[in-house]
Amino acid sequence: MAREEVGMVTSLEDAISRQTHGHPLSWLTSRQTFWVFLAAVIACVTLSLVTDTFATERNLFNVTRNFAFVGIVALGMTAVIIIGGIDLSVGSVVVLSAMVTGMTMAAGYPIYLAVPLALAASLAVGLFNGVMVAFLKVPPFVVTLGVLSVARSLAMVLSDNKMVYQFGPDHQALLTLGGGSTLGIPHPVYFLVVLALGTGYFFRWTRWGRHIFAIGGNEQAATLTGIPVRSVKISVYMFASLMAGITGVLEVGWLGGVTTNLGQSMELSVIAAAVIGGANLAGGIGTAFGAVVGAALIEVIRNSLILLGISTFWQGTFVGSFIIIAVLFDRLRVSRAND
Amino acid sequence: MTVLALSGVSKHFGAIQALSDVSLTLRSGEVVGLMGDNGAGKSTLVKIVAGNYPPSSGEMTIEGRNVHFSGPADARSAGIEIVYQDLALCDNLTAAANVYLGRELTKRMGPLRLLNYKAMYDRAGELFAELKSETRPRDLVRRMSGGQRQAVAIARTRLSEPKIVLMDEPTAAISVRQVAEVLNLIRRLRDHGISVVLISHRMPDVFSVCDRIVVLRRGTKVADKAVEQSSPEEVTALITGAIETA
Ligand SMILES: Nc1ncnc2c1ncn2[C@@H]1O[C@H](COP(=O)(O)OP(=O)(O)OP(=O)(O)O)[C@@H](O)[C@H]1O
Ligand SMILES: [Mg+2]
Repeated sequence: MAREEVGMVTSLEDAISRQTHGHPLSWLTSRQTFWVFLAAVIACVTLSLVTDTFATERNLFNVTRNFAFVGIVALGMTAVIIIGGIDLSVGSVVVLSAMVTGMTMAAGYPIYLAVPLALAASLAVGLFNGVMVAFLKVPPFVVTLGVLSVARSLAMVLSDNKMVYQFGPDHQALLTLGGGSTLGIPHPVYFLVVLALGTGYFFRWTRWGRHIFAIGGNEQAATLTGIPVRSVKISVYMFASLMAGITGVLEVGWLGGVTTNLGQSMELSVIAAAVIGGANLAGGIGTAFGAVVGAALIEVIRNSLILLGISTFWQGTFVGSFIIIAVLFDRLRVSRAND
Repeated sequence: MTVLALSGVSKHFGAIQALSDVSLTLRSGEVVGLMGDNGAGKSTLVKIVAGNYPPSSGEMTIEGRNVHFSGPADARSAGIEIVYQDLALCDNLTAAANVYLGRELTKRMGPLRLLNYKAMYDRAGELFAELKSETRPRDLVRRMSGGQRQAVAIARTRLSEPKIVLMDEPTAAISVRQVAEVLNLIRRLRDHGISVVLISHRMPDVFSVCDRIVVLRRGTKVADKAVEQSSPEEVTALITGAIETA
């Protein structure tokens, strides 16, 4: 009798939880990431059908590589957005890292010294952003806007605003690192895959990941329950800068040279990628996979504009509108859920 | 045996004097009702004990040992659990994640330490059942009723074997049946020798479950006496200032 009762209770609970969690398909379609993924696939298919330039090996190679750059930086941006912050300095960190790599190698130092130096410079920028936000409570928008200007200016000072394209003894190694490919897939894509899996793991399976979501959800609660909010915030800004730094190193290799306008206004595409991928600018929500899918969609659209012969001057209009539309979508969904 | 002793504890936030020279002792298995008007300093007092703020001056001892907490984790390891007045919940996380906020369970897998989702869901589910709450561990707190949220906040205090449980208005948003459940929980804690500080504006609750009543007025302790020697009328007068001290 008692056992029967227990059985009934569990099956009732099961039924309730099934009802609230819903059918797997309705769960899937409720995800923004799913629709964005679908949109990217549809865009690819359409482009392959209506143009004969999209599905060429050369073009796909370029698209995937560009998408990898935006995607890697978007992983870091997603973490920052999850804690309710923003990082406008990523584009400038890309050029700073690229410039440190280039200048160090041009001075004859080996790549295994240049790359750690570039990443250390990037991390230092992230540390500065993080300390300003976490300890001095300066709004992230303000800090990172300032750093956007400072980091690019430092890259100019460092290079005397000249193009660097001779990378000393390890010249070829650097070009292979960022510009080469293995099994037909550009190297930056491998970096993206590994970093995305790593980021996804950190978000979902570590205490650090749990803590960043908690901070974005309710910073006060995170503080009260003893989460080390300030050091977690600093680590997140450092993570974002590190992703930008890695991208900087890869981009020098791809381009075979650095100029000080590298990564200019990249923060816009990156924020768009993160937001389109489901990261909520109010904090507390976002995924690594979403960042990758968002970056893919942006890059495919950007590429399609070029292939369809639309002036590149329109690109900014598209990327900007994308951010607004993605946020608008989110607003609509929230207000519908509240009805 | 005295579990907690505060002596001469003061706290100011800039120019605001939230607590002045409060002394208080708590014996094991004792339930103390902490009462006072809005802004009297009740939450500030329990947050000091829970390690959220250091006192501006004054001493705190746990079982006779002087303690200085540098954060809530310190207080927890000294055996202090708390239900915050605003519950301190993250809407974007599940009930179980909120219960374990700041002390997530992990398991080793090779070189990695992974969050142990299953253990946290299971234990949170047991705790909700124990509290006779309808809360489901996997549900997002965003979609929960006031009573379910309160259950989540209370469940946190059941994760460890604490010496002291501080409850800041744990019955503010819940139904009559659940109020009875919380009061039963407080009695159970007391029977296990755990001391409880209950902050509440509900006179009947305080009088039904507390051994002693402490009244704060504008940051100063104005009364500290056994319930049998007091009455709701007297306590009301003490809270409003109609009687100066008792
Ligand atoms: N973090 C803080 N910063 C500044 N002032 C604070 C802070 N916390 C509390 N105070 C002030 O300290 C005083 C006591 O507040 P406290 O929250 O302890 O009151 P309370 O007795 O819990 O009131 P209630 O019944 O409304 O919860 C109030 O004047 C409040 O404004
Ligand atoms: Mg209070």
